[in-house]
Amino acid sequence: MASYTIPHAPGFVANDAPRIVTERFDHPDSYTLERYLATGGYEGLRAALERTPEEVHGEVRSATLLGRGGAGFPAGVKWGFCPPGVWPRYLVVNGDESEPGTYKDRLLMELDPHQLIEGCLIACYAVGLSQCFLYIRGEMAVAQERVAQALNEAYEAGWVGRNICGTDFSVDIVLHWGAGAYVVGEETALIESLEGNRGMPRLKPPYFPAAIGLYGQPTIVNNVETLANLPWILRHGAEAFTAIGTPTSPGTRMVAVSGHVQRPGVYEITNGTTTFRDLIYGEDYCGGMHPGRELKAFVPGGGSAPWFTPAQLELPFEASEVGPQGSMLGSGAVMVMDDTTDIPAAALTLTKFYAHESCGKCVPCREGATWLERVLRRVCDGTGTPRDLDVLFEVGASICPGDFPHAAVPERGLEPKPFPYQMTTICFVGPSAFAPVHSAMTLFPEEFEARVAPNAHLDTGPSHGPASGTGPSDGSAPNSISEVAIRV
Amino acid sequence: MSFFSEENRSLAREIIGRYPKRRSAMIPLLHVAQAQAGWVTEEAMVEIAELVDTTPAEVLGTCSFYEMFKREPVGKYLVNICATMSCALAGAAELMEHAEERLGVRAGGTTPDGLFTLASAECQAACTEAPCLQVNYRYRYRVDADGFDQLVDDLAGGALDDEIPPHGVTARVRQHIPADRAVGAVPPEAVNEPPVWMAAPAGNGAGSA
Repeated sequence: MASYTIPHAPGFVANDAPRIVTERFDHPDSYTLERYLATGGYEGLRAALERTPEEVHGEVRSATLLGRGGAGFPAGVKWGFCPPGVWPRYLVVNGDESEPGTYKDRLLMELDPHQLIEGCLIACYAVGLSQCFLYIRGEMAVAQERVAQALNEAYEAGWVGRNICGTDFSVDIVLHWGAGAYVVGEETALIESLEGNRGMPRLKPPYFPAAIGLYGQPTIVNNVETLANLPWILRHGAEAFTAIGTPTSPGTRMVAVSGHVQRPGVYEITNGTTTFRDLIYGEDYCGGMHPGRELKAFVPGGGSAPWFTPAQLELPFEASEVGPQGSMLGSGAVMVMDDTTDIPAAALTLTKFYAHESCGKCVPCREGATWLERVLRRVCDGTGTPRDLDVLFEVGASICPGDFPHAAVPERGLEPKPFPYQMTTICFVGPSAFAPVHSAMTLFPEEFEARVAPNAHLDTGPSHGPASGTGPSDGSAPNSISEVAIRV
Repeated sequence: MSFFSEENRSLAREIIGRYPKRRSAMIPLLHVAQAQAGWVTEEAMVEIAELVDTTPAEVLGTCSFYEMFKREPVGKYLVNICATMSCALAGAAELMEHAEERLGVRAGGTTPDGLFTLASAECQAACTEAPCLQVNYRYRYRVDADGFDQLVDDLAGGALDDEIPPHGVTARVRQHIPADRAVGAVPPEAVNEPPVWMAAPAGNGAGSA
């Protein structure tokens, strides 16, 4: 054990919904092998080893376990993309969680690392992956410690390494850690990084590294939360899993809700049926907005996702319903803005993020994201012109030609434009830089027009943050828009 | 002349040995170098190049891509204040203003005593606990002005020495694969057969452990 006290990562809020991946979070020692074994740990692996790899793969396929990293692709189907007869195959675990608003994989790594390790083992067994690389985001020092500790315990106890459980199943899990680059969350960039290179996404096709991945070999890249579901599925069966949620979005998923709600938190919700209204207003969840405040907009699936307004509150966490309404569920991250939010400034915090994180490989993203940030910044400063608003759309169109997805705006008779978009870049960082700009300008054009009106800067001061203040310090509603200049 | 200490050199060898190709160890070794010196020196990059069979320019190429690697000295404590949306909605800009005033440096600057480097950072995956910051990648949640002042006092006074190591050190618990349990890394070229449990059902002994 570490010789010092590691503060318990906060944020998780339990409720009555079924719990699959967070079932041990209430125990203060949830991360130890002892607790893990006392609560059904490694039983999923034992169950898997009593069946053939093909049967285990089949079980996961029939569970319709959708990837929890952002794209939502079924894990069992992805596993099937490995070309037959090409060996060795690898597993790369994507623990590079860094999408704005996303906070779940870190909890899973810090609070239940053995569950992740067991998930890795089950995947390796089912698909014949001979080595596993568990890539953890560089900035997550405590997650790295917890996983390292858990791996050391698991090796010592015979759960990882040579002849696991006395069978001929043998696999090493190597803890790898990054050094700070959002784009590395893109699976081919993750592989580049793991090969010791600059973390730039690879040209496509091939679209899936299952065909050509690490060292040119078939490679499965799975998100932490996706793998963390496997022990439960093998322990209880695919049928029990699909009994939760809906047929097309079964099981549960972890969602972090942040921003202007009463009780921001990380919730394990029932997939497919829980609605955004349940999540934002439900008593078991965020408990609604601060007193006296109203919901203005929310980002439904991480910083890359087009925004929603109260008109979309009834939508459930179901990709087939959210996509046609103009956005995506992404990585389980809802960011909530109340009626005091400065919308252009809020969009700027996200666009600046993507401009900063653009790897520079594709010109439309490298140049486009930078210009989106610069132009949006001067609009926010009150030094922009009406022409700047056209420029923002023009630059965006050079990254994403054609109509960009957006939500319906009933009061202006605007129909939703379904997800996804066309793109001129290799990966999603470029379009992600445009998404907040496009959403903000489409849903709240008047806020931008006011900012570029003649002498607007005299009204607004040098610049404003999106903040409505740091929350109710005296138990009342948040302050009005801060007078303090923001530099985002 | 060598950069790595004896201990870190053997750690580097252990890390390299886990990968089918040496070059994969590059980022972990850059971390080991940064933990030793507090930043990544040219000597370190030259030595890493030798260790992973590549050129110093290649190491610099990788090193310079990643935010966490500092190629010049920084303070003992790197204070990264998150500026991305959830934190911005909760007043991250005001927190940065306060931090700049308190430390007397702008974001990106280092205090003259070399104790603190202040930086604006991107989303740190603690969005429900906004505004948040990291000191040498150790979290502080829902930080207000008073909380920040207390943190600075505690760091300067050594009260957090146990929890927060000097800049460069990230995880202090390291993976160690015992030799008698390791499967071992094999270059991909050396393998063209499925692993044994795929060739035949793992039945021989499965579940009997």
